[in-house]
Amino acid sequence: MDRLNANQPLDYKKKNNPKKAPSIWRDAFHRFLKNKYAILGLVILTFMFLFSFVGPYFSPYLDAKIDVSKGNQPPSAEHWLGTDNLGRDVLLRLMLAGRISLTIGIAATLIIILIGGTLGSIAGYYGGWLDVIIMRLADIIYAMPGLPILIMLGAIMSDLKIPPSQRIYYVMFILGFVSWVGLARLIRSQILSLKEQEFMLATEVLGLRDSKKIIKHLFPNVLPTVIVSATLGVASSILAESALSFLGLGVIPPTPSWGYMLSAANNMIDFAKRPWLWIPPGVAIMFSVVAINFIGDALRDAFDPRQKI
Amino acid sequence: MAKNIVEFRNLKTYFYTEEGVVKAVNDVSFSIREGETVCVVGESGCGKSVTALSLMRLIQSPPGKIEGGEIIFDGRDVLKLSEAEMRKIRGNEIGMIFQEPMTSLNPVLTIGEQLMEPLMVHKFMSKKEAWNKAIELIKQVGIPRAEQIMTSYPHELSGGMRQRIMIAIALSCDPKLLIADEPTTALDVTIQAQILDLLRKIKQERNMALMLITHDLGIVAEMADYVVVMYAGKVIEEAPVRELFKNPKHPYTRGLLKAKPIIGKRQDKLYTIPGQVPNPIGLGNYCYFSDRCEYAMDICRQKIPQLTADENGHKVACWLYEGEWKK
Repeated sequence: MDRLNANQPLDYKKKNNPKKAPSIWRDAFHRFLKNKYAILGLVILTFMFLFSFVGPYFSPYLDAKIDVSKGNQPPSAEHWLGTDNLGRDVLLRLMLAGRISLTIGIAATLIIILIGGTLGSIAGYYGGWLDVIIMRLADIIYAMPGLPILIMLGAIMSDLKIPPSQRIYYVMFILGFVSWVGLARLIRSQILSLKEQEFMLATEVLGLRDSKKIIKHLFPNVLPTVIVSATLGVASSILAESALSFLGLGVIPPTPSWGYMLSAANNMIDFAKRPWLWIPPGVAIMFSVVAINFIGDALRDAFDPRQKI
Repeated sequence: MAKNIVEFRNLKTYFYTEEGVVKAVNDVSFSIREGETVCVVGESGCGKSVTALSLMRLIQSPPGKIEGGEIIFDGRDVLKLSEAEMRKIRGNEIGMIFQEPMTSLNPVLTIGEQLMEPLMVHKFMSKKEAWNKAIELIKQVGIPRAEQIMTSYPHELSGGMRQRIMIAIALSCDPKLLIADEPTTALDVTIQAQILDLLRKIKQERNMALMLITHDLGIVAEMADYVVVMYAGKVIEEAPVRELFKNPKHPYTRGLLKAKPIIGKRQDKLYTIPGQVPNPIGLGNYCYFSDRCEYAMDICRQKIPQLTADENGHKVACWLYEGEWKK
C-alpha cells in the first residue's frame, strides 16, 4: 500500500472491492441468465447429459445379454422404446449412444477452437510468412471436399483394424482436423481488422507484451465469433458423426451412437414397420442441436457489452 | 537550466513505398527539457506524428524504417534498446495519447480494466492497489463518480470523458514525458479548452515534460514553452513561444500566423499560403518551401538551408537570414 498516496481518502477501502468489479465474464453471465431461450437450451442440454451419463444406471437391462428371441418388440411397459433386432433395449442404447455423440460433438469442437483459434490468431496478428504458411495449409484442407475425406479416413481406420472402443477418439480428432479451417479464417480476418484499430496502437504505447495484447485485448473482441462457430461446431460435429456412422464409417457396433442408430432407417422394413428404432435417436439429435444453438445465440449476445443488462 | 529529457539528433525516418522513398522525417534535431511543453507544429503529413512514433519506436516496419540519427531519452539512445527494454519505457516512462478518443479504448473491456492494466504491468501493483490508484487517477482527470466509471464500458462515456480516461491511462505510471498527438482535434471547442487546462494542470503538478503535436496555433500560443515548426519532414524554425509569435522568421511560419483568424477582426477571406505541400517522394536538394515562397531566391532552389541560431536562440532554416549572421 505504500505506493499509494498517503492523502487518499479512506472511504475507498470500504466501498470498493476489485473482486466484485464487473468483468466481461460476470456481465455476460448476468445477461445470459436473462435470456429465456438460453435457459431453455441449458435445461434441455442438461437433461440430455443426465439422460446419457446417469440414465443407464437406472436401466434394468444394463447387464442384459443379447437375446434374439426378444428382438424387434414394439414399445411396451417393459421396454419403453421397444427392442432392436438383437433384443437390446432401445432406451438403454439411446442413452449409451448419447454419451458417444455428445462427447464427440464437444471434443471435436474443442479441437476446432484450439487449432483454428490459435492458428487464426497467429496468422492474423503476425502476418508475413507465418500467415502465408498457415493460410495455404488451410486452403489445402478447405479445398478437399469434407465427406469424401471423412469416408476415406473412415475406411483407413477400418483397414487398420482400430478397436471399436478407440475409434471414437480417432473420429473426434478427424472431425476436428477437417473443420478448423473455417474458424481459423474467420478469426484471422477479424484480427486483421482489429489490430489496425487505434486501441491496439494504444496497447502498444502502454508497453504490453504480444501474448497479453492477443489474449487480453484481441481475444475478447473475437469471442462472440468463436462462441457462435463453436456452438455451430458442436451441432455439426454431432451431425457429421451421425453421417459417418450412418454410412458405417464412424463408430462401429457394438458401440452405439445416435448416428449409427439412425442408420436403422436404411433398412426398408425397419423404416416402414419399426419406427421406434430410428425416431428416438433422430429426436435426441434434434433436441441437442437446437439446445446448443440456443445457448450459442444467447452467449453471443451476452458477450457484447453494448447490450444492456 | 533544466536538463534535456529527450533529444532528437539528426533523426531520419523513411518509408519505402512502391513509388519511392518517402522521407517522412528528414534529419530532425530538437530537444525537450524536463518539465517543458514543446509544441510541434506543421500541416498534415509533415512528419510530426512520425517523429513522436519514432521516439516510441512504433514505426511499422516495413514500410517504415528509422534510417539514422539518435534519440536520447533520459541518457539512453532509444534506437539502440532491445524490444524488452523498450516495453519498459512505453507507458511507463513515456505516456502517449492520441487524436481519436472514440477508438483508442478497447470496446469490450471496462474502463477499470484498461486503467489498471499498465499499473499492474509496470508498477507491479496488486489488483486492489491498482484499483485504488485508478480511482485516484479518474478523480485527478476531473471525472466525478469514479467508482461507477471504473465499471463502465467505453461506449457509455462521451468523447471528452474518453479523452480524459486516455490521459489518465497515459499518466498512470507517472511518465517523465507525455506525448499528446493532436489530443483535442476530435473534440468540440469547449471540451478542447477543458482538456488543455487539464493537461497544463497535470503537467505543472508533476513537472512532466509535454510534447504536444498540433496544427492549431491557438493551442500553441496557449500551451507551449517552446515551438518547433516542421515542414515536409524538416524542422524549419524553432524558438521559445513568445519569440516565435513576436518575431516569426521563416516565410512559412509567417504564412501560418497570417492564416490564423483573429477575434474581433473581420476578414472576407483568410490568408492562405499559395500552392501545396510538395510530393514527399524524391525531393531534391533545395528548400522544400521555395515553390510556395514569395521571397524565393535562386539559391533557395539550389541548396538546402541549414538550421542556424541567432543570438536569442531562435533557430531558422532559411536563406533569407543567411546573410545576417555572416555580418
